Amino acid sequence: MGEWRHRHLLGLEDLSREDIMMILETAKSFKQVSAREVKKVPALRGKTVATFFFEPSTRTRTSFELAAKRLSADTLNITGSPSSLSKGETVLDTVKNIEAMSVDLIVVRHASAGVPHMLAQKAKSSIINAGDGCRSHPTQALLDMFTIHERLGRIEGLNVTIVGDILHSRVARSNIIGLTKMGAKVTVCGPSTLMPIDIEKMNTKVSYNLKEAIQDADVIILLRLQMERQKDKYLPSLREYARKFGLNKTKLEKYAKKNVLIMHPGPTNRGIELSAEVADGEYSVILDQVTNGVAVRMAVLYLLLGAKSKPAPRKSTKKENTSMTNQGTINVTTH
Amino acid sequence: MSLLIKNAIIVNADKMHKEPQDIWIEKGVITKIAPSIKNGTDKMIDAKGKLVMPGLIDIHVHLRQPGREDKETIETGSKAAVKGGFTTIMCMPNTNPVIDNGMIVESIIKEAKRVGLCHVIPIGSITRGQKDEELVDMFEMKEAGCLALSDDGRSVVNSQLMRFAMQYAKMAGLLLIQHCEDPLLSSGGVMNESAVSTKLGLKGHAGIAETVIIARDIELARYLNASVHIAHMSLRRSVDLVRRAKAEGIRVTAEACPHHFTLTDEAVSSFDTAAKVNPPLRTQDDVEAIKEGLKDGTIDCIVTDHAPHTEEDKEVEFDHAPFGMIGLETSVGLTISELVHKKVLSWPQMVERMSARPAEIVGLTNKGRLAEGLDGDITIIDPEKEWIFKREEIASKSKNSPFIGRKMKGMVEATIVGGKISYQVQ
Repeated sequence: MGEWRHRHLLGLEDLSREDIMMILETAKSFKQVSAREVKKVPALRGKTVATFFFEPSTRTRTSFELAAKRLSADTLNITGSPSSLSKGETVLDTVKNIEAMSVDLIVVRHASAGVPHMLAQKAKSSIINAGDGCRSHPTQALLDMFTIHERLGRIEGLNVTIVGDILHSRVARSNIIGLTKMGAKVTVCGPSTLMPIDIEKMNTKVSYNLKEAIQDADVIILLRLQMERQKDKYLPSLREYARKFGLNKTKLEKYAKKNVLIMHPGPTNRGIELSAEVADGEYSVILDQVTNGVAVRMAVLYLLLGAKSKPAPRKSTKKENTSMTNQGTINVTTH
Repeated sequence: MSLLIKNAIIVNADKMHKEPQDIWIEKGVITKIAPSIKNGTDKMIDAKGKLVMPGLIDIHVHLRQPGREDKETIETGSKAAVKGGFTTIMCMPNTNPVIDNGMIVESIIKEAKRVGLCHVIPIGSITRGQKDEELVDMFEMKEAGCLALSDDGRSVVNSQLMRFAMQYAKMAGLLLIQHCEDPLLSSGGVMNESAVSTKLGLKGHAGIAETVIIARDIELARYLNASVHIAHMSLRRSVDLVRRAKAEGIRVTAEACPHHFTLTDEAVSSFDTAAKVNPPLRTQDDVEAIKEGLKDGTIDCIVTDHAPHTEEDKEVEFDHAPFGMIGLETSVGLTISELVHKKVLSWPQMVERMSARPAEIVGLTNKGRLAEGLDGDITIIDPEKEWIFKREEIASKSKNSPFIGRKMKGMVEATIVGGKISYQVQ
């Protein structure tokens, strides 16, 4: 396996195919850690990871926090939006202040695209983008790819259809970039008003017809439809959206291939983009995604923090019976 | 007080002299142009090897005073202007308070005279407080010293109000300058809506927000036989609309900014807020169209839309950063590098776009031409001089420019305002 060279994870466009494979392989061995009775390895002992969410989030923040804790890093959670900004403190100021307390890595989520880039330019710590505006959500796409790979054994050559509000979706953009990079064929499907201009230039097919969009799909990723879109006049009604773009059991069985994977980044709007039957049904891997999210985030944290530091002097009095050492090296089984 | 310029290669909009001339300026007026003038004077400039043009005029500048003196003042803006070769600038009314009455107009003119570096002519707002509700007292604005009105920063969206504004301004003898943007269509867009905005996940400002207002105003101007000037055109489609309207004899004029003929929306890919501007940077095809429009005269003049912002205001999330970039000190360099040296414009055409046409459009009858009996406003250019735009050398109070570090060819050598040397390279 190659060498990890990145200090930040801002978006998948910065990663090569090999980088992505390295993350997925690393995540595979970390997934075993979460299955153990003692769910902890000392890989990032002594490191401090701050999650800094300027936008409300439960699952992504929790997933990162758990990932850091399972690697023995100290964690710090800051929810930034109302408190600091109302005091007139800029994002940059706030982050610099946190950094002044010797934080090694900042996981940031912000409603504005490009904020992780701004921080990466000015901050000394590593930055992981946990979602910036409508632009990018790299760890979500990575965990989606991990889940697909785990279930289907490959990504290359698969047909993946993403359904929903593509215009406002960072999950869609990151998945398009990641999946096409790994050799999958991506189709996006949704109402025309929620389709960003020139999306075809990101190497996707566009469809406004759910049946047509899912009939060849090996994987269907459904996106959450924000209720505000109707208020903002993008849609005539949620009822019509559910009828034309929502996925229920009847449509799934009628149009889609057998054994298709149903994915959703969560939280789901049951009854809108998918029915409860589909969300909880046999094709759904939605909870696998959540489980895999921790492993993938462990891998990213480990690669960004573990790989860049120089190995410390090796101590021989080591009791850990894992494939990991204090020095942050890891033996990954590849096949 | 007198000034003698020796060995001047004079460039006017209609002609570039082959033989060097001497120019004598007395009490602010050009009194004599001849192959050799031997009068004695204490002030003399040798312009050998340089191009001597009528003073450049920028009819679209933001000076931020009153209200945001931390960004720019009439004084610092004047310094930037003369360093950039401009002898006359017209400042937009989106200050705080808005320039919507005669007293504010007079106070700006008074302060500009105290500074005494260049002519500053305030542009009044079209509607009171730029609120798009009621017209300003146009005759009062005219009497106070305005030549043009604009709600720049936003459009007069109400079509009926714009109709009345055009009718009334025609009677009052004022030019209307329209910032063309339908706010419901641009709705919070922070960059050009394109494949780049799709990739970056930034909210797009669709070009149709600009063109629907241009098309509407052309129709109003046609119907009323009134004139309208289109501010900072950024799109091929806008150029097409104006070109067709001009061919039909409709009284529409237009301007474009250097950043719209040099940069594309790719410049925001790194989320550099210095490249966040309104109208946004568009595509390469639009850049080409702006150049074509400048070449064939569809676009009458080059303006800077000089828009100073502090570092604090710009160093925030891309979504929240204010629109605009400074431009007074880079306009000449970019125009010469990108248009003249690349054979888009000839030297006389550059003078036409940066001096003669702006003077004509706003009605500055004694400016825009270097000739006996006209104002002694003169810009001297070193056409071959290469230079780099450096942050520490910026005269403007604000430093928000995407051109910092850019190499240019063609530099301002001296700026003479009313026979007085306001700026000269050491």
